[in-house]
Amino acid sequence: MASDKNKIMIAASLVAIFLCYTFYIYASLPVKNFTANEAVSKGKRVWQEKNCGACHQIYGLGGYLGPDLTNEYSLRSTDFIKVFLNYGTPAMPNFNLSEQDINHLLAFLKSIDASGKSDPKTFTIHYNGTIEQ
Amino acid sequence: MVGSLLLLAMGMLFGWIGALQYLVPGFLVKWLSFEKIRPLHVSSVVFWIILAAMGSVLIYVQEHTGRKLYSALLTRLQLSLFSLSIPAIFISYCMGIFGGREYWEFPPVLALPIIAGWILFLINFTRSFGTFKQQPVYIWMWLTGIIFFLFTFLESYLWVFPYFRNNIINDMTVQWKSYGSMVGAWNMLIYGSSIFLMQKISGHKNDSHSRMAFALYFTGLFNLMFNWGHHIYTLPTYHFIQYISYVVSMTELLILGRIIWQWKSSVSKAAIHFHHTAFRFLVAADIWIFLSLLLAVLMSVPAINVYTHGTHITVAHAMGTTIGINSFLLLAIAVDTLSNSCSKESINEKWITKGYWITNISLFIFWISLVIAGILKAKWQMSTEKIPFSTMMLQLRPFFIVFLFSGLTMIAGFFIILYPILKKQISCYLVYILGERNPAEEPIRGTISMD
Repeated sequence: MASDKNKIMIAASLVAIFLCYTFYIYASLPVKNFTANEAVSKGKRVWQEKNCGACHQIYGLGGYLGPDLTNEYSLRSTDFIKVFLNYGTPAMPNFNLSEQDINHLLAFLKSIDASGKSDPKTFTIHYNGTIEQ
Repeated sequence: MVGSLLLLAMGMLFGWIGALQYLVPGFLVKWLSFEKIRPLHVSSVVFWIILAAMGSVLIYVQEHTGRKLYSALLTRLQLSLFSLSIPAIFISYCMGIFGGREYWEFPPVLALPIIAGWILFLINFTRSFGTFKQQPVYIWMWLTGIIFFLFTFLESYLWVFPYFRNNIINDMTVQWKSYGSMVGAWNMLIYGSSIFLMQKISGHKNDSHSRMAFALYFTGLFNLMFNWGHHIYTLPTYHFIQYISYVVSMTELLILGRIIWQWKSSVSKAAIHFHHTAFRFLVAADIWIFLSLLLAVLMSVPAINVYTHGTHITVAHAMGTTIGINSFLLLAIAVDTLSNSCSKESINEKWITKGYWITNISLFIFWISLVIAGILKAKWQMSTEKIPFSTMMLQLRPFFIVFLFSGLTMIAGFFIILYPILKKQISCYLVYILGERNPAEEPIRGTISMD
């Protein structure tokens, strides 16, 4: 039976490291040079209000019914994307988005596209099991 | 407990409608389209898990101490807060009002009663068990689970501040840090209660004080705190998040190794106690822990994760853990806590046995269909041929059909299990409502205090 003192010391050490790790991430978020672009922020709000993530993924995180949209902006033309947003598909309802909402969503998709690549083919796999883009 | 079981039933039905929408595009699109069904399904199931886990802690802590809870009023307040917020969350989804976050989401204002209720739970729990001296591992696990759930739940709402949400990479890094650890937090509550139950069945009181029990607890805590990065290996965030998560996740091999090492003794223990209905669910959960952990360890290797990420293999893992592990463990606890409760009517164990086998076999087929669909999607993701997304989805259709039908039989199996449990629980309520017994005067049952 381990002593209470040892158990408390292990738990306290883990909590201390966890808090340092957590607050380090909060204080120095990975992307530093970002500006709060109004159109992008509004586009993100539309994305959340319509719960687009239920069906679509960004960087492989999200729903599975629709395609990953991380780099859709550079892969397709804006007109192509607009058709989907304006009319929906058999699986995707027409959300009756205003022209402004659509432009904001496009700005949001453009900003995601500029943040990196989600295509797994673009990753280099190292022998130690890690990956890099 | 009855409310959480109803949430499980609702969660399964919403899940099945969602699965049907994969095969019949446009099904209910005007009223309950997929962006509504998915959060309805996820929230029902998550609330089933956390409410049942919370209930198990509140019941078992009384059995552990041999005393009533610190405050019945706090418990009632806590349950009232949850009872108000959960229907409000479901109504908001139906009205098309979302929090819009990936996975578990609802409008931030509705998170406030959940936070308040959880703080009351923390107060009630810590005041109920008294001293922290020489406590078994499950008390540590419950306390860890309660504190970390509160912390990670609050953390998951940092996005309301522009500093965290203004850049998608920053936002997703913090979001998945919180969600990754939150799952570990509710697992701590459930595994703690399962250890308590296992000890009650086997009668080996010293197991939960052993060095091995605490070694496994600290391994779990270490993973809860630092292995969340495997959700975001492909996100262009800090590399050190990938390296830390990769190394920490590999410590789960110790748990996997222990399961394999103890396989023989687990089988003989299962043979001794298999007649015990609650124990049978623990055995099923053990098998699902092995399968899910195997998949989790593989997915935690970035070089493998790059193939599985964003595919149905992730869904298979989520289903294996929430159904095969969490739900089976909580059903074991539900059977145990209800078996000696107020009503003299016994639970019909024949029904539960039938449901048990139907659910397990169906879940295995369901899980395999998702794994195969995931492998095919991974192949599509890595293919240099430009096959459209819709064509790939058509190729996965046969597996979605298997998924749908095995899901249906699994739901039938669960309902066969839930029917006698709910019947017994409802008869208990009737006893109380009719005033034949007063819950406040009920003795603490099955006490196994270490005092």
